[in-house]
Parts: sequence; structure tokens; C-alpha cells
Amino acid sequence: MDIAKIRADFPLLAERVNGHPVVYLDNAATTQKPRSVLAAVDGYYEHTNANVHRAIHTLGERATAAYEASRARVARFIHAPSAESVVFVRNASEALNLVAYAWGSRLKAGDEIVLTPMEHHSNLVPWQLLSKRSGAVLRFIPLRDDGTLDMERAPIGVRTKVVSVTHASNVLGTLTPAAELARRAHAVGAVFVLDAAQSVPHMPVDVRALDCDFLAFSGHKVYGPMGIGVLYGRRALLEEMDPFLGGGEMILEVHLDRATWNDVPWKFEAGTPDVGGAVGLAAALDYLDGLGIEAVAAHERELTEAALNMLDEIPGVTVYGPRGERGALVSFTVEGIHPHDLSQVLDQEGVAVRAGHHCCQPLMRQLGVVATARASFACYNTLEEVEALGAAVRKAQGFFSSVPR
Amino acid sequence: MSMGLEDLYREVIMDHYRSPHHRGRVDGATGDVEMLNPTCGDEVRVSFRVEGGRIADVAFDGRGCSISMASASMMTDAVVGKTVEEARGLIAAFRELMQGGAPSEELGDLVALQGVAKFPVRIKCATLPWTTLEKGLTGDMDGEGRPRMG
Ligand SMILES: Cc1ncc(COP(=O)(O)O)c(C=O)c1O
Repeated sequence: MDIAKIRADFPLLAERVNGHPVVYLDNAATTQKPRSVLAAVDGYYEHTNANVHRAIHTLGERATAAYEASRARVARFIHAPSAESVVFVRNASEALNLVAYAWGSRLKAGDEIVLTPMEHHSNLVPWQLLSKRSGAVLRFIPLRDDGTLDMERAPIGVRTKVVSVTHASNVLGTLTPAAELARRAHAVGAVFVLDAAQSVPHMPVDVRALDCDFLAFSGHKVYGPMGIGVLYGRRALLEEMDPFLGGGEMILEVHLDRATWNDVPWKFEAGTPDVGGAVGLAAALDYLDGLGIEAVAAHERELTEAALNMLDEIPGVTVYGPRGERGALVSFTVEGIHPHDLSQVLDQEGVAVRAGHHCCQPLMRQLGVVATARASFACYNTLEEVEALGAAVRKAQGFFSSVPR
Repeated sequence: MSMGLEDLYREVIMDHYRSPHHRGRVDGATGDVEMLNPTCGDEVRVSFRVEGGRIADVAFDGRGCSISMASASMMTDAVVGKTVEEARGLIAAFRELMQGGAPSEELGDLVALQGVAKFPVRIKCATLPWTTLEKGLTGDMDGEGRPRMG
């Protein structure tokens, strides 16, 4: 991959921050957008915009065609068997809420929901809400000290109705054994939900190979616009589920006292959707396919390895998560420097990392920290930027030890 | 324009961060409140004993960044011995300072935290202990000095 050429595709990377070229290492929070995505969104609003599915006029037809073509594009990217198994939502959080609400309505007291302690709050709180509504119990697959799942102690059994886990941890970088989890879930008749927010941007994801029943991800983490996300669902499950939100577009026939539902997936898309966002997401997936997801993964692996090796060499730095196969991010703490303070000093050097609990408070508790710093990579990051991170960390150490007492 | 780190991490602040004053819990507390900064997970617990309308003793505990911990330490120095009314006045003056207002005289050393106002994301760090104290003074208590809710 020609990284210089890739970087030129991303206008934001030319920004300067505090007098330095920006070193954007907060890609797990959201990625920057290539020009082709920005142009696709602009182009949609300049030439196509109209409301979808309702108008007989030409623009309405064009907008509908653009929206549905984007759906098909997403389906192709994740190897979904049909476009109808792709529901457009706002983000991964909404996708997971949709499943917990609309599929979850069948759960009763005593049923069990299996999660992990490293779930993003988005894949925890919706299930807590469901547990409150239904009396179903939350169970957790224990985490080993190295940040991997202890599958031998996975509480998947006859009461399990759903297993919902992250594909790649946004804190530890742990990759979970999705296919094995799917097998274990299906063996007891449970459905398998995969939070792919941190995997779809970084590795090939094939819903059929993984055999997942539902899969969620956000467009904005995969070079697409903010405000568009995806829920993939097995067609038969989507068919038998009740709607999530009520309103226009999701209905077939409405009487004053009742209504019937539109077909899948539109049944789950109440109101005017983010058509420009869907078009932008399709352009983002085109972009990523153009680079080749395998090539991107290899590049990010190199960056992650380099970051791990570099941080290992800085005294006082603790790195979290497994070694070897892992996601494209590194969480760490620096002795004597709170992650906020670290991030502040790094920002002064133009280096953007995330500091905080990363929406994983239970995991922070298990790690025994209030927060960590996290550097996360994307296709456009370079080894020089990894070095800039290291230099900034050392500078922070210098700054905090040299402030006179 | 870029703000220098020195504007934020003043010497006094680092001193309080490294060697905090009034760290721990107050005996016979009449107020004891813990608060969390949900965006970063920082925790601050402030306990105090009011006698005859005066803050006879105050202490803080918690885990957080240099700004929140130093702010807590400096706050305890500032409010100990003050009447509850005076403490409320200080809380208001400190808030004002964090919103970019001019420092009022009563703030004393706390003026060192003025630079925080230039770093919007850090303002919450600095104000967390103050909000915690305020909540305690407002008497959100169950009668035994414990907060009614978290
Ligand atoms: C693993 C994981 N799941 C879910 C989400 C939620 O994504 P969004 O905020 O776009 O809904 C995130 C985002 O940080 C994430 O990292």
C-alpha cells in the first residue's frame, strides 16, 4: 500500500494541531473520511436528494435507488446472503438496542443472556434493560489475565437464549473466537450476536462464515459518515421479530387502532432514513475494498506491533491486552501520569489519543485502573506516527518529572 | 492559538497533586459525598464536619488526574474553617473562574487553576470536587450524614 497516496485522500490529515501536523491515533473512536466519501455525500445532496420510498417523481426514484444500492453494497461487504438482511440504523449502539428490544421481547424470567466483561456499554446496557424488563439473567464469560476469554468457563447452557459479544475489544484489542461462540450458542438453541464495531474496519468479516444471527457496526468507524450504522440479521429472525420503532415507512397498512408491518428490512426503519449517510457508507466500503481489507489489516498489524514494541521499551509503561493476534489498537498507562494528563501533553504535540474508560467501566474495574490511554490505528497511519507517539510519551514523562516541586 | 502546558500545570498544582492536603476521611462527618465524572471515570469523595455553621474539618479521597486531585486538595485548604455561607461563596467564585471570569480575591491560591479555563475538556476535572462539596453542603443526606443516592 502506498501510504502517502492514501493520506492524500484524507483532507483532515493535513490539519495542524497546536503547531504540529496532526497525528490522529483515535481511530477506534471514529475514523477520518476520504475525499470519495465526502464527494459521494455532497453528490447525493447536489443531484439526487428526495425522500425515499414515497415519491413517484424522478428524484424520489433516484434517491430510493441510491439508498437501496447502498444497502446491497453493505450486504456484499459483509457477505450477507441478501440486501434484505441489512437494516440501516444510526450506529452500532442502535443496532444492538434494536436486537435487545425487538428480538429480546421473547425472553422470560430465568432465561440467560451471555456477555463478556469487556463489552462496550452499548453491548451491555441494552441487555441490562432487557434483563429488567424480562427477568432474564445476565451471565459473563470470564476474562483471563491476558485479556482473552476463558471459553472453558463460558456459562453457555440450556437456559442461554442469546450470546452477545464483541468481535474485537475496543480496549484490550482482544479478538474473540466468534465462530466457536456461534457454534456453542447454536448448540443450545441460542442466537449469536456479534458487535463488529471494531472488526469490520480492520479485518475481513463474513457473516456466513462466522455464522452469526445478528451483527452490528457503525459507519463512522469504517471511514463513512457519522449517523449511519448497520444491523445485519438472519432473514428468518428479522421476519419473526416485532418492530423496534413505529412510524412512517415501517408499516404496510394502518388503521386507527392497529397496523401491519412492512417487509423486512423496512419494518425496522421508521421515518426518513439517513440516505446521504448510507450513500457515504457505500462509498467508504468501496474505498476500503479498493485498498483491500487484507492489505489494510497487514499494515495495521505492523503498526500495532511497532507500537507494542516501542511502548514495551519505555520504563513505567504498562500495556494491556493479549499479544499476538489482536486488533489495531493499544491501551496503556504510564506510571505516575493519569491518562488525562498524558493525553493533554500528547495533544500539545499534535498527537490525538483517547484517554478514559472507553465506555467499558466494568473492564476498567477488572483491570484495576480508572482509565487508560489508547492509541488506535487506521489505514493511513504511519510508522513515523507511532514514533511520534513514543516521543510524546517520553516527553510527558519528562514534563511530569521536571515540574519543580 | 496554542496554550502552553505551563498554563495548565502550574507549580502549585503539581505540588498539591504530589503531596495532597487533607487526604482521607473526616471523623464524625456530617457530610460525606462521592461523585463520579462519567466521561473519564474520575472519582472524588469529600467528607466534612460542620460545627456551629463552620466547616470544622474537611477531607477528600479519590482517583483522578492531576487537575481534579489538585483542585480537591486546594479546595480543602480553602474551605476549612470557613462558614457554610462563605464556602458556598467560594464554590460560586471558583465556578466563575472556570468559566473564564476574573479571579475574585477570596480565591487566593486557587487562582493557580485559572489556566484550566482555557482547556474546556479539563474544566469538569477541576470542578468535580467543588460540585461534590456543594452536594454535601446542600444536605442531600439521610440524616446520618450519608448521601441519599450516588
Ligand atoms: C466495541 C464497540 N461497540 C460499540 C460501539 C458503539 O459505537 P457507536 O457509538 O457508534 O454506536 C463502540 C464505539 O466505541 C465500540 O468500540
